[in-house]
This record gives sequence, C-alpha cells and structure tokens, in this order.
Amino acid sequence: MKKLLVLGAGTAGTMVVNKLRPRLAEDEWTITIVDRDDVHHYQPGYLFVPFGEYRPDETTRPRRRFITNGVDLVLGEIDRVEPERHRVVLTDGAELGYDKLVLATGTSPRPEETPGFDSDEWGRSIHTFYTLEGATALRRALERFDGGRLVVHIVDYPFKCPVAPLEFAFLADAYFTRRGMRDRVELVYVTPLDGAFTKPVASRHLGGLLEERKIGVETDFYVEQVDPETKTLISYDEREIPFDLLVTVPLNMGADFVARSGLGNELNYIPVDHHTLVSTHDDDIFVLGDAADLPTSKAGSVAHFQGEVFVENFIRHVEGLDMVERFDGHANCFIETGNGKALLIDFNYEVEPLPGKYPLPGIGPFSLLEETEMNHWGKLLFRWFYWNVLLPGKDVPLPSAMSLLGKKTEEVGA
Amino acid sequence: MTTATIAGREIHVDAEGFLTEYDEWDEELAKQLAQNIGIDLTDRHWEIIRFLRADYRENGETPTLRRVSAVGGFPTKELFQLFPKKPAKKMAYIAGLPKPKGCV
Repeated sequence: MKKLLVLGAGTAGTMVVNKLRPRLAEDEWTITIVDRDDVHHYQPGYLFVPFGEYRPDETTRPRRRFITNGVDLVLGEIDRVEPERHRVVLTDGAELGYDKLVLATGTSPRPEETPGFDSDEWGRSIHTFYTLEGATALRRALERFDGGRLVVHIVDYPFKCPVAPLEFAFLADAYFTRRGMRDRVELVYVTPLDGAFTKPVASRHLGGLLEERKIGVETDFYVEQVDPETKTLISYDEREIPFDLLVTVPLNMGADFVARSGLGNELNYIPVDHHTLVSTHDDDIFVLGDAADLPTSKAGSVAHFQGEVFVENFIRHVEGLDMVERFDGHANCFIETGNGKALLIDFNYEVEPLPGKYPLPGIGPFSLLEETEMNHWGKLLFRWFYWNVLLPGKDVPLPSAMSLLGKKTEEVGA
Repeated sequence: MTTATIAGREIHVDAEGFLTEYDEWDEELAKQLAQNIGIDLTDRHWEIIRFLRADYRENGETPTLRRVSAVGGFPTKELFQLFPKKPAKKMAYIAGLPKPKGCV
C-alpha cells in the first residue's frame, strides 16, 4: 500500500483529500490527514463578527464532518517532517510514514513578534479580527467604543486575505454611520506599502474609495513597536501614530514545524515550483494554500484553484506521467465596501486586477473593480458554497486558470 | 513596457521607473539610479544592493525588508537610515528589481 499524507485539514487539505479519494484506488493508496483539533474555521467569516453580522459560532464546524469516508483524520501537533526518512513525527512521538506528502498547514497571526502587542492592552485597546477569539473580543470593543481614533494597521506583508483590513475599514465606516456616531470617529488605515492600492489599474478605479469615506491613509509605515502606555504605534523611522482603538493585522508566519524541518524561508513559508507546487527541496512533497511561498495572494480562492491543478497533476504523477497542468497564480476576492455593496477582483501571477465581468464575459453576474450589490450577495452566498461545494470537493463549473475574456485589457499601461 | 535613457543607455522600465530586465542593470547604472533619488552610495549601500541582486537571482522575488534584515543581516533601523522613508522601494529601485507590491 502506498501512503498519501496530508498535513493540515483546512481549506486546501480538506478539499484535495475529498477530490483525491474517489480517484485513488483504496487497495493501492491510503490517505491520512492530520490537524491539531477537530474544528474547521470558515475564516472569511471572521470579518463579519466584529460588526455583529455573524455570530462567532456561525464560523466553525467539525472538521470530521467534511472529510470523506476512506480518509483517516489524525489529531495531533506536528513536531517535524523528516524528508530523507519519508516520515512525519508528531509531538506525542507518533510517526507517520508517507510516499507522498502534502503540506497545507497555512499561516497564522503572530502578535508576539511585535514588541508591545504582548501587553495588557492586547484585547483591550489593541485588537485583531484574524482569530475567532480576537474577532469576538473586537465585537465587544466596538460596541463599547464611544468615539476617538480607530487605526486599522498592517504589520507586514504577506498576510492572509490581503484585502481584509481594507474591508474592515469600509465596514467600520458603515457601522459607525449606522450608529449615528461617524462624526466622532477618526478612521486611519496604516500600511507598510506605498499606498492602500499598489496596482496601477486598481488604484485608478479604487483610489477614491477611502477618500470618499473620509478614511485617512498613512503609507510606508513599518512598525517597530507599539507603546501600550501612550497607545502609540512607532515606526522604524520614528513616526508615531496615536490610537484609541487599534485593529492590527499581526505578522503572519507559516507553521513552526516548517522551520524545525528546515523546509521554509524566514517566515516559515515553503519554496515551491510556482506552477507544479512541488517543493524545491524534495520531489515527494507538494505544498498547497497559504503555507507555500508564492507571489500570489494567501487566500481560499488560491487554495481552490491550486487544488484543482494539483489533483489533476497528482493523478498523472502517480501513474508515471508528466505533470502537465500549470498553476497560474489565479486568485479572486470579494471586497466588502459597506452598505450592502462589494467589489470583486480577479488576477494571477502575470495579470493585475482589471475591470470587466466575471465569470461569464460580458454577463457576469459579478463586476470586476466595481461596487455592486450583486458582488455583496456573492460574498454572502460564498459561505454556503464553501461548506457545501468547495470543501466536499465537488466540481465547480469555473476554470482554475484565470481568463482574460471579459476583462478590459486595454487599461493596462493606459 | 516603456524605455528610459539612463546613464546614456536605453533601459526597460515600468511606469514608475523600476527596471524590468534584471540583466540590463550594472553598477554604473545603479549610481545614476541612486542619484535620481538623492542617495550617495556608500560601501554599506553597496553591500545591501549586492545582497538584493543575489537574493533575487536565487529566488526570483524582490526580497522584503524583513528578508533583507533576517537573511541578509542588515538591521531594519539601518535600512531606514540608508534609504530614508521608503527603504523597500528605494533599495529595489537602485538594485534594478521590481517594486514590492500588494495584491490590488
């Protein structure tokens, strides 16, 4: 019997074991998937928790329920991968051997990496919505907030769901307007990049969104520390940004076992071939989702498109054929802009977000780089789609490669 | 794709003047690029630029500030002193590498 071992039962891992099980003969391949607990988080839902739009318990379900029969779920903490011995060791000493290994262990926020976050103010005036616990605490903080300076802040790139802090700023604007207190709240968006939007066409279309909502922007702000006493963010070049309420995106890093196994870069992301997702370190290791060091977004849509490419390639690979499918970096993301509207962006390694229609050229129903109610409904319906179609590994009638049809390509370099 | 004449040569650049062809860069050009943004290159600047060039050649990505500090060993504080205000962008510009970007 051959063994396929998948580390991480999140979006990428769950989806690919469900797609592979029916296609790998049960008398030839065992499939085992490992995670630390039995709770699957619908992470896109975290954004809506602080504003009271989702209850915290609406974002989680048991992992086991989404893993198909014929796949073993092992609960345990990963200590290390030993590629030369083709085995994975768990922290309780258990050893799992493999013929092929898939690493889909994601990325997680690390507030402790920024001096000052690790203080009494964490959970009081300093918050994040990147964990369910954090999003729930932030909901209470927003309810109690009676005005002042709310700073939305990004420690560093890359981080998962890179549009989420922007969405948070838009939704906060709508939330305080709804509560009739927008005039008592100063909203500031702080980024280490040179703008809230950095791609030329998207900047041209979306550049005005922050200004229209009177959301201030501080660019090139690379935080060195936060002073919890004075409630001030301090950058490496000694600029200071005071806050009453800070909503930060902490440094994101891949799993610690990646470093212990010598497989990752300085942020524990695993270098891979950009098109086949094979580890550059070892031909028997594939890397999917946020865990991979790739020049595209860390997002569920990427995991989905990668998963489709990976599954086709993996079936060919185990039959001794060449891996002919190539992942193109395809990502798409809805961006909530508040008041029942949203934007949609669609891009890949080569092509920046462009205006147009998606998925059907000229028809949509979704509009790219444009605020519409339909996009907002798409974002809300996506939760149903995630649990009922995506995770179970059902066929999705969307091509995994990005398409230029329906996009206004003439805007590039215009 | 546009071109610009830098140090008397035709060079491929993007809309913001970042080089788009790794091999069109040389040290002569770097001096001119640095001058364009008001930086006098010291030995320490050169060490950093050479690290960026080598790292890009190996990985195909412009290294982040965090990588320049964690892997290259140049303290972040110093990067802000040598390339004031926008070190990631300025280092990439002088080293002839693509500008660091977000997704939108």
